[in-house]
Amino acid sequence: MKDVRLKLISNRKIAENTYESRLVGDLSDITAAGQFVNIKLDGFYLRRPISVCDVVGDELTIIYKAVGRGTEMMARAEVGTEWLTLTGLGNGYDLSKSGERPLLIGGGAGVPPMYLLAKKLVALGKTPTVILGFNTKAEVFYKEEFEALGVKVIITTADGSEGICGFVTDAMDGVDYSYFYTCGPEPMLKAVYNKSTTSGSFSFEERMGCGFGACMGCSCETKYGNKRICRDGPVLVKEEIIW
Amino acid sequence: MANTKVTLCGIELDNPIIPASGTFGFGYEFAELYDINILGSLSFKGTTLNPRFGNPTPRIAECPSGMLNAVGLQNPGVDRVKSEELPKLRRVFHKPIMANVSGFSREEYVETVRRLDDEADIGWFEINISCPNVHGGGMSFGTSPESAEEITRAVREVTKKPIIIKLSPNVTDIAAIAKACEAGGADGVSLINTLMGMRIDLRRRAPIIKNKTGGYSGPAILPVAVRMVYQVYEAVKIPIVGMGGVATAEDVIELMLAGATAVEVGAENLVNPFACRDIIAQLPEVMAKYRINSLAEITGGAH
Repeated sequence: MKDVRLKLISNRKIAENTYESRLVGDLSDITAAGQFVNIKLDGFYLRRPISVCDVVGDELTIIYKAVGRGTEMMARAEVGTEWLTLTGLGNGYDLSKSGERPLLIGGGAGVPPMYLLAKKLVALGKTPTVILGFNTKAEVFYKEEFEALGVKVIITTADGSEGICGFVTDAMDGVDYSYFYTCGPEPMLKAVYNKSTTSGSFSFEERMGCGFGACMGCSCETKYGNKRICRDGPVLVKEEIIW
Repeated sequence: MANTKVTLCGIELDNPIIPASGTFGFGYEFAELYDINILGSLSFKGTTLNPRFGNPTPRIAECPSGMLNAVGLQNPGVDRVKSEELPKLRRVFHKPIMANVSGFSREEYVETVRRLDDEADIGWFEINISCPNVHGGGMSFGTSPESAEEITRAVREVTKKPIIIKLSPNVTDIAAIAKACEAGGADGVSLINTLMGMRIDLRRRAPIIKNKTGGYSGPAILPVAVRMVYQVYEAVKIPIVGMGGVATAEDVIELMLAGATAVEVGAENLVNPFACRDIIAQLPEVMAKYRINSLAEITGGAH
C-alpha cells in the first residue's frame, strides 16, 4: 500500500451516470486485477474506494457511478486536479485459477475490474468469455474496449434494450467455462453462485472506513473465518462464501 | 532540543502519542508502513473474554469532519489475543502496551484482565466502560458513577498494573463519573469515547448503519473532547489520557493544555495511515512555535 498523489489527465462520461477518469502517478503498488484505490477528496472525511479498471505504466483508469456527493465531485473534477490516493488495496483476482476458458461476469459498477482481468488473462494465452450485465442500453459501457482485447463479449440488459434480455445468469447457459470471476451487486453475485457449475472468485462491495484493514468496518463471516472485505478481500472464493 | 517525554502512571513515554483502540488493530499491520516504535505506546483492539464478530454491516457512515462506526467490538477473544495477536505485535513493537478491555458484565471484565495480567509488556489496562451491561438492562456501565466505580473496584482486585478507565461522553456529568473511577482505585482516566449519533440514507429512508446508531469520531468532536478533559482535570488528581478528533500536533497540545498527560489518536489513523507518524514528526516544530521546551510541563496549562 502506498499513499500517492495522482493527477487527473482525462475525465469523461461514458454512459448514463457513469464516468471514466484517467490518472497518472506512482502505481507501483497495484499488483493485481480486482484491487482498488481509496481516494481523498477535499471536503470529505472518508476516502472513496474505487476499483481499478486498467493500469498501463503510470496511468490508471477508474470507472464509477456518480451516486453521491463525493462521486459527483469526482465526475466534475477538472483535468490537472490531484487526489491523494491509497493504492494497491485488496487481494485482487488469482489468475492461476483460471484454466483455459475463464468466464468473466461483471454487472453495472462491477464491470470495470473485469477489464484489467480480461487483459491479463489474454496476455497469459487464455480465451476468456465476458458477460456484461446492465439495466438498460443507456448504461452499457466498454463493450468495444473488451472486444478490442479479442475476447468474446455478451451483453445483457434487464429491459432487453441491448443484447440478451435478462440477467447475466441468462447468458451463462451457452458458455463452456473452466472457472469464473465475477463482480457486481450482491443479488447478482448470489445468482451467479447458484447458477455456476465450476469454482469461481467473487468480488464484494461494502461500506468501508479505512480501506486497509484497520477499522473492521467491512467485516464478513466466511467458512474460513472472519474476513475484512478491504484487506482479506474484496475477492473471496466460492467455497468460503456464506450468504 | 524539544523534550517530548511524558510519564503516564509511572511509565515514561518517548512522546504522548498513542493510537486509540479500534483504529490500529494489534499494531503489526501498521508496522508494514512505518516503524511503530516511534509511538509513545499503542492501545490495542478492544478485547473481550470470548471472540466476537460484532455488528452486522454496514458499520460505517460518513459525517461532516468525521464518521460514525458501529463495529461492535469485533475481536478474537482474550485467549487468541494472547496466543496469536500479542506475539505478532511483540515482533515489531518493543515498548509497554496499553491493553484495551471491554466487557458486558463485571465478571467478564475481571476474567479478561486476569488472563492478560501475566503479559509482561502490558504496561496499562484501559478499561472501556461504554459497553452495555447485559445484567443491568443494557445501560452502559459508563453512564452512572456507581457502575463505573463498581467495575473499577472489581478490576483493581485482579491487577497491580495501572488501570485507566475509558469514559463515555454520552453522559450528563463526566466529571462525576471520573471521580467515581478515582474513588474506585483507578490510576487514570481516558476520554472521550465516541459520541452516539445516527445518519439516515435518503434513498432507503432508513439509518445507514445496520445497528441504527454509531459512535461519532473525527475532527468534529475535538471541541467536545477539550471541554470534557478540561472539566475532568478540575475534578480528579489522577492523570488523563485525552482523545477525540486529534489530527495534528496542535490538537495534541490543546488537549494537554486542557489537562491531558498523554493523547490518543483515533479516526485520523483511518483516513491517513501515517497520521501518528506525521503528528510525532510535527511536534518539535509546533512546540518551538508555542515556546514549549518540555511537553510534560504543559498538562493543565490552560487552567
